[in-house]
Amino acid sequence: MILSREDVSQVAFLARLELTDEEKDKLTGHINNLLQHFAKLQELDTDAVEPTSHVIPVENVFREDKARPSLPPQDVLANAPESQDDCFAVPRIVET
Amino acid sequence: MQEYEPIIGMEVHAELLTESKMFCGCTAEFGGEPNTRCCPVCLGLPGSLPVINVKAVQYVVKAALALNCSITPNSIFHRKNYFYPDLPKGYQISQYGDTPIGQHGWVQITVNGATKKIAIRRVHLEEDTGKLLHVEGDRSHIDYNRGGVPLMEIVTQNPPPPGLDQIQSAEEAKEYLVRLRAILTYIGVNDGKLEEGSLRCEPNISLRPVGQIEFGVKTELKNLNSFRAVLRGIEYELERQEKVLLKGGKIVHETRRWDDVRGATASMRSKEFEQEYRYFPEPDLTPLRFDAQWVEEQRKALPELPDQRKRRFIEELGIPEYDAEILTDSRPMAEFFEEAVKLSADAKSVSNWMMGDLLRLLNATGTEMEQSKLTPSHLTEMLNLIGKGTISGKIAKTVFEEMFGTGRRASEIVEKLGLTQITDESELIPIINQVLDENPRIVQDVLGGKDKSLAFLVGQTMRYTKGRANPPLVNRLLRERLESRR
Ligand SMILES: [Zn+2]
Repeated sequence: MILSREDVSQVAFLARLELTDEEKDKLTGHINNLLQHFAKLQELDTDAVEPTSHVIPVENVFREDKARPSLPPQDVLANAPESQDDCFAVPRIVET
Repeated sequence: MQEYEPIIGMEVHAELLTESKMFCGCTAEFGGEPNTRCCPVCLGLPGSLPVINVKAVQYVVKAALALNCSITPNSIFHRKNYFYPDLPKGYQISQYGDTPIGQHGWVQITVNGATKKIAIRRVHLEEDTGKLLHVEGDRSHIDYNRGGVPLMEIVTQNPPPPGLDQIQSAEEAKEYLVRLRAILTYIGVNDGKLEEGSLRCEPNISLRPVGQIEFGVKTELKNLNSFRAVLRGIEYELERQEKVLLKGGKIVHETRRWDDVRGATASMRSKEFEQEYRYFPEPDLTPLRFDAQWVEEQRKALPELPDQRKRRFIEELGIPEYDAEILTDSRPMAEFFEEAVKLSADAKSVSNWMMGDLLRLLNATGTEMEQSKLTPSHLTEMLNLIGKGTISGKIAKTVFEEMFGTGRRASEIVEKLGLTQITDESELIPIINQVLDENPRIVQDVLGGKDKSLAFLVGQTMRYTKGRANPPLVNRLLRERLESRR
């Protein structure tokens, strides 16, 4: 067992997922199964291998610094769950 | 009584002066109606893909080199995951861990004659967030125009590596920001506007008992929108922490907001539970690889930096160190100075007028150097008038204020206000006779050997001529006339 049920609850909270107790039990088993596969990979000696952040050997893909037209405002807000005064409206936020 | 010493870390965010945003083609220009500078990429719509703005990368490399950093040959972007709606994607693209673009640099500061090299840990590239606007009822409004604008973060290193220093007072923190701002504006990657928030600083502050190596618990300060606020905010926070500690209390790890009107900090949120950002390499962007030779070319292409310019002012133009430091704090100031010196040759006079009357007027009127109506030739023309004896140094102060306020030329002001120096004896003699007639007792005193009283007679003459009389001439004529009354 690599992850406890509490770990799974915490991960669910960070991802804003609401899980029932039953789902938590089930997922704890699933995730631990997955992690066991990774534990197997961990057995490999990788001391001589550079950490890999990207699997495709492509570097320095850039765009030129040129401004282009943005979306019309109605399109920007088209998918907003709520909008007011040309703005996205979200549940009130305490300033941080 | 237990004594404490401050340790201050600085986290500075600088918006980069690119034309477009970090990962999309929306304009990065300040302002605009809410949500008119957004596209599928900066809105995080499904299926959109970010592409790195090459100019932003070049700017950060430039800045990192100017801050004496080494460039990380393989630099990558990360996702910083959180659910605060200032970014619509659910994460911010940033750079985490040991692969920021620049590392291990320093900024030189001079406070009260002492020079320190403040250690910089990292310089990295990320995207700015949207703006949370006013609240209406139970709703907050969000404008994503700033979301995705290229943002550079510069963080100091505490404790510093051998040979470098850390910030230990509010004054040093302010000076660090002044010199950092000078460097960023000199190389043209940021406009240095603290008031508009394009350059933002968030210091973290802690106290530790003198002699202790371990740092105390720190608080972070926000909302410091001017150099004065940086100074006052940090000073306030240091005093507050000391009071808490002396009473046996504990400092809470939290973010505190500076209130410029009240002159105090107040708690915003506790940071006792470190946020879990679950950083991981951004799979949608390719890694950056910097070729050593290319980096060297960038280093060579850097323009003259504030410290180099300061050295040159001291060594080639004979300007005192303190003056040279202030003249190079801002690029427009330094350029004004150089331009004026080219026109006039008398660097010391130019510097004196800039350090004195010009700075005073800029501060008093809240004007930025680049907005000022006064040009270098205004100043040098006035210096010429003083040199030729057309106006006295005293009258020049009035002329200078007038030039600053109206943008008119010195010669025009002198003529219009009748400020020309009186050098004509025949014009002065009647006035001097009048002064002597009106002050018989003083005349007797001077003739009786009380030479000090002569100053009073000089003063009276200057008063009658509204300061326009040539002082050496007044002195000579007064002595002659006095002798004739013996
Ligand atoms: Zn966009």
